[in-house]
Amino acid sequence: MRCYFDNSATTRCFDSVAAIVDQVLRTDYGNPSSLHRKGVEAEQYLRYAKEQIAKSLKVQEKEILFTSGGTESDNLAIIGAAMANYRRGKQLITTRIEHPAVLQTMSYLESLGYGVTYLPVDSYGCIRLEDLEAAVTPETILVSIMHTNNEIGSMMPVEEAGRLIKQKNPQTLFHVDAVQGYGKCRIYPKKAGIDLLSVSGHKIHGPKGIGFLYVGEKAKIKPILFGGGQQGGMRSGTENVAGIAGIGKAVEEIFSHLDEDISRLYEYKEYFMSRVQDIPDVTINGPQGRSGAPHIVSLSVKGVRAEVLLHSLDDEGICISAGSACSAHKPTPSATLSAIGLERGLLESTVRFSFSVETTKEQLDYALAVLNEQIPKLRRYTRK
Amino acid sequence: MFSAFLIKYAEIGIKGKNRYLFEDALVNDIRYALRRCEGSFHVHKADGRIYVDALSDFDYDETVDNLKTVFGVAGICPVVHVEDSGFEQLKKDVLSYMDTVYADKHKTFKVFARRARKNYPMQSPQMNEELGAAILEAFPDFCVDVHHPEIQLNVEVREKIYLYSEVIPGPGGLPLGTNGKAMLLLSGGIDSPVAGYMIAKRGVHIDAVYFHAPPYTSERAKQKVVDLAKLISRYTGPIHLHVVNFTDIQLYIYEKCPHEELTIIMRRYMMRIAETLAGKNDCLGLVTGESIGQVASQTMASLACTDDACVMPVYRPLIGFDKNDIVDIAEKIHTYETSILPFEDCCTIFVAKHPVTKPNLKVIRDHETNLKEKIDGLVETALKTEEIILVEA
Repeated sequence: MRCYFDNSATTRCFDSVAAIVDQVLRTDYGNPSSLHRKGVEAEQYLRYAKEQIAKSLKVQEKEILFTSGGTESDNLAIIGAAMANYRRGKQLITTRIEHPAVLQTMSYLESLGYGVTYLPVDSYGCIRLEDLEAAVTPETILVSIMHTNNEIGSMMPVEEAGRLIKQKNPQTLFHVDAVQGYGKCRIYPKKAGIDLLSVSGHKIHGPKGIGFLYVGEKAKIKPILFGGGQQGGMRSGTENVAGIAGIGKAVEEIFSHLDEDISRLYEYKEYFMSRVQDIPDVTINGPQGRSGAPHIVSLSVKGVRAEVLLHSLDDEGICISAGSACSAHKPTPSATLSAIGLERGLLESTVRFSFSVETTKEQLDYALAVLNEQIPKLRRYTRK
Repeated sequence: MFSAFLIKYAEIGIKGKNRYLFEDALVNDIRYALRRCEGSFHVHKADGRIYVDALSDFDYDETVDNLKTVFGVAGICPVVHVEDSGFEQLKKDVLSYMDTVYADKHKTFKVFARRARKNYPMQSPQMNEELGAAILEAFPDFCVDVHHPEIQLNVEVREKIYLYSEVIPGPGGLPLGTNGKAMLLLSGGIDSPVAGYMIAKRGVHIDAVYFHAPPYTSERAKQKVVDLAKLISRYTGPIHLHVVNFTDIQLYIYEKCPHEELTIIMRRYMMRIAETLAGKNDCLGLVTGESIGQVASQTMASLACTDDACVMPVYRPLIGFDKNDIVDIAEKIHTYETSILPFEDCCTIFVAKHPVTKPNLKVIRDHETNLKEKIDGLVETALKTEEIILVEA
């Protein structure tokens, strides 16, 4: 049986998404900036996608900017906010467990003279609101907090954070990296005080190379790409019409049955977690129950190296991800796993299962059977 | 401006009656290397030399780079062809050559003319004199030195007239295929690709064997070995890469033998399997990247144990090299960057923290008898399930 359980890395494109992408690439291939009919036709796809996305977030269509994906959205949000607001202050706040697209961008800004505060997290991978409150000052121009952690599935209290930030400094922009969270729960930026929100297409069964950034109409940011002035000058470059149509279709599909999907995913996750913990010395990292994301399970399997487990599951048709990059020459344990205080011995024994709406109960049972068979086998050959 | 290359070869020149075999192989190898280049070329032997004439526009840098991968090439001389339209015109052509090739003219030179076409109206010494005088007159910064010139301008009179003075060093060695075939044990580290390069440089075709240990080593580790084979195949010609699944053998040794001796015993089985594959594929020897004392399994005592496992000669071209020297070559042949990608680390769980450095052959042989129950079957299965990948740059 084939089990693709690495949906936090990327997802399978929905058939309907692939179909609309195909339609755009081969038939409706116009440039939306062109004045002729083909151009107008192409522009319709942009309108359609914006409409779907805006509806899902309860925001305005003009507040959506298409980008090349999560990384660009994060870069545009953070650098764009820093460049637009440096006169007011040069202080930024983020967390220790952000995606590299945020962390590396922050460290770039540090090299330009900005100051960055990195909030610690508790053992479930959540920030403490007291820490955030203490960190926000009149000089704080941006707070960037991820919605859902990609490694352990912890979900940050973004609504409370948003409220808190605006209370302490109404001028501070609030960016949320929702690459792992969007399409897995309801997020409403206006209610949560979110000014900027990053989303990637291929994590929600859309194509790769497309994503968007929600930019609240009052949020002031500067562009980071310059050129032909598309998308109101905020993101120059001919629009990726095929990708945009694709992400629009994916959003439409996902949100048409989101609530059923979420509750089914939680059921599956709880089932999987309870069964997998029956295997001796297997522990779950991050939040238990429904406080975490519905699709991510992080496991530490004592005495088995993550990559070895990964490859042996791979041989059985199961794709998962190693929770931390293991390399004997360059030990770089994952920042997230270190930050939640995972014991050293388990850092290299942690794997991630990430499910999707296409995951079935049969697949879970199969994976559990394989785990029950493989783990004892692999433990026979641990380092003497 | 250049329209041909004259290929100099070193060692082939001292061969006796079979010299033509080496020359023909070299011509073939050059043709093979040039198929990667833009443009079309005529490669031919003439008067005991090899010429590469461009028949169309070509990319000079790309062509030189590819000629530099051909073993047996000692030097590459870029040649300018000029039509024979009288000596006065030749003078002009020579002056323009010297002017273009040498922006800095504070150099010593001599002219070395040769008439392959004996009906040319002027004799060589006179040509030397007159062309030399013309150069001196036109560019007073040049200076003649007939004994140790910095520039030797060769003027060869054939159908056309060939002008050349620069020699780009080639890799040296002997043309591929003039020395049979060997089986390289290719691991994915820094050393073994260099060993393959070195042995191929002596005119040896190579096949390679890689021991794959899924799930302890990943598909990417295997891809890395394929990539390395591809990088060296620029020099060695096409390589048949034999991928042998070693996991069960490794686990069995791990179970049955003392842990400190695991690596040595493993290597002995790798040699045995490599030897069998070598025999099947017309190889006359094995090649490894070992260098004395580099790691525990490469001490004199360990090498003696490894060597004992097979009868076929084992060539270790890097045996006296320091790591730095090996890295230098790896960088030169562009394998270093690929070699240091950290993929095969998953099998580190098998490596003992303190492996033996002075294994005793008798003891090792004795411990190998622990394996007698199943090992022959496992080796047979490994051989039967080998995957062969043809790799070609």
